[in-house]
Amino acid sequence: MQTPDVKESGVVHVAAPETPSRLKQIGFSLKSPYFWANWTVLLALIISVIVFWALSPDTFLSAYNISTILTAAAVPAILVIGQAFVVMTAGIDLSNAAIVTLAAVTFGAMFAAGQPLVLCMGLAIIMGIIAGVVNGVVIAQFKINDFIVTLGMLSLAQGVALVISNATPVQVISEPLATFALGKIGVFPYIMILAVVLLIIAQFVLTQTRFGTHVLATGGNTDTARAMGVKTKAMKIAVYAISGGAAGIASIVLISRIGAAEPSMNTSLLLNSVAAVVLGGVSLFGGRGNIVGPFVGAILLTMIINGLIVAGVPQYYQFIAIGLIVMVSAVLVRSAK
Amino acid sequence: MINIVEPDVIAVETKNIVKSYGSVNALKGVSITAKAGEVTSIIGDNGAGKSTLIKIIAGVEKADEGSIEIFGEPVSFHTPEAAREAGIETVYQTLGLIEDLTIWQNLFLKREVMIGLPPFRILNKKVMRSEAVRMLAELDVHIPSVKARVRGLSGGQRQAVAISRAAGWSSQVVIMDEPTAALGVRETAKVEELIERLKARGLAVIVISHNFDQVLRLSEQIWVMRQGNVITGMRAQDTSGDELVSLITGAKKAKA
Repeated sequence: MQTPDVKESGVVHVAAPETPSRLKQIGFSLKSPYFWANWTVLLALIISVIVFWALSPDTFLSAYNISTILTAAAVPAILVIGQAFVVMTAGIDLSNAAIVTLAAVTFGAMFAAGQPLVLCMGLAIIMGIIAGVVNGVVIAQFKINDFIVTLGMLSLAQGVALVISNATPVQVISEPLATFALGKIGVFPYIMILAVVLLIIAQFVLTQTRFGTHVLATGGNTDTARAMGVKTKAMKIAVYAISGGAAGIASIVLISRIGAAEPSMNTSLLLNSVAAVVLGGVSLFGGRGNIVGPFVGAILLTMIINGLIVAGVPQYYQFIAIGLIVMVSAVLVRSAK
Repeated sequence: MINIVEPDVIAVETKNIVKSYGSVNALKGVSITAKAGEVTSIIGDNGAGKSTLIKIIAGVEKADEGSIEIFGEPVSFHTPEAAREAGIETVYQTLGLIEDLTIWQNLFLKREVMIGLPPFRILNKKVMRSEAVRMLAELDVHIPSVKARVRGLSGGQRQAVAISRAAGWSSQVVIMDEPTAALGVRETAKVEELIERLKARGLAVIVISHNFDQVLRLSEQIWVMRQGNVITGMRAQDTSGDELVSLITGAKKAKA
């Protein structure tokens, strides 16, 4: 082995490197996936607002329309909170929209049986959590691929929902639920305020608790995390339970908005939750991300659909627009891995 | 953190460790000792049983027969956590750090400092960050910021963080599996400096290495393994690289 000339080969060093110039720093951050992961969604939001505002200057930014967007965004925004936790462990929950349906018909069946509202709501959430725990246990305990398990749950939950409801919607006419769905403070509907409260709790749990760190550690490198003593199986089960619970809460909001518990699944809820997570800068490889980004992503996607409608663009183009946005954002936030 | 250990005390002693995987006898009765304040190297060809032996000491694997004593106390670990609680830390070659977490998060993973009353306890980030700075400074490791993510660090910096983590918990024994295998020359020198500092603080350091120059440079005690046996142990000052090579390959018979 040759002895290196210490004076000349000073590149690799454990000590701090010299601080690069300001311009270089900016150039570096533009190339960094972390930068794009954190800011893509906000940038996209601002650009979208400007574009749609230009397309429909009178209507798009009216108080009425903003309120409409926020109302429509509540259910996807709640769902994406759960999806974000799952993706941070390098998993994915394809069953969340089906769990919304399952929880909704559970609510409907209880409501039709004359049970009190609180019990209906509680059981809807519990049903969601149970479905999530089943996902998590199968994935973590039997080491089965997340796609397969949650795809199975998608069909399972939908099927159970059809059995429970006998494929018939249940009307849910309830004074408190209607007030909840229609009420607003300024342009902010109550249901969006609920979503924001859940967001704050979720972000707090992620960044300020041991659980949050261990979720990220599990997603970052499961084997290393386990070697350090992190209970990685429990973390996986927990994130799917959170996703199921979020689906349960989303089902209540959905029922309050449409006044019925419907046995059919809305697949765009699932697609949008995955899309919003990608937009929000959560690495699909796990280990990295936050909840605020995906949450804003969910609002952004709802806003784009709304903006296209307001601008009079034919409905089919919405799908094309969403698809393109997701692909472009995925390229921008592509992981360094 | 100060580790008060008397010099010349046997920190780790394995007695007749036997371990088989099915029909493969990985260890056939291995007895070694490692003293506090010394670097003890375990050398041998691939498949000699070095990794199996340190996995057993670190609580990752369980021995079929034999016993382990830590400072004279018989111990039996079933998990790495149990070993860690007894003051035995391991720096793994591959299972090192979580790249997407920051340096301080890695240093405190599973040992988070919390604030508040249960169940409303939250991470005390301020304390963990300043403690992380102190842990690194203690071993004279210079890293731009403990808030940096591990992904951006060089191999040497990562190894330095991993070693700081192992050394930072009032540990008494630090086991390292090929600590410099993936590093360049300068980074290797830095890591060797760290190992010297651990030694100076009175820790028992057990190192697996293929680099004989390094073994002779760093260690006080050397154990040579071949085919699941310890064939000889010697003081580093009494041997040479040529002798080690011939012992490992079996070209030379061990002195009795």
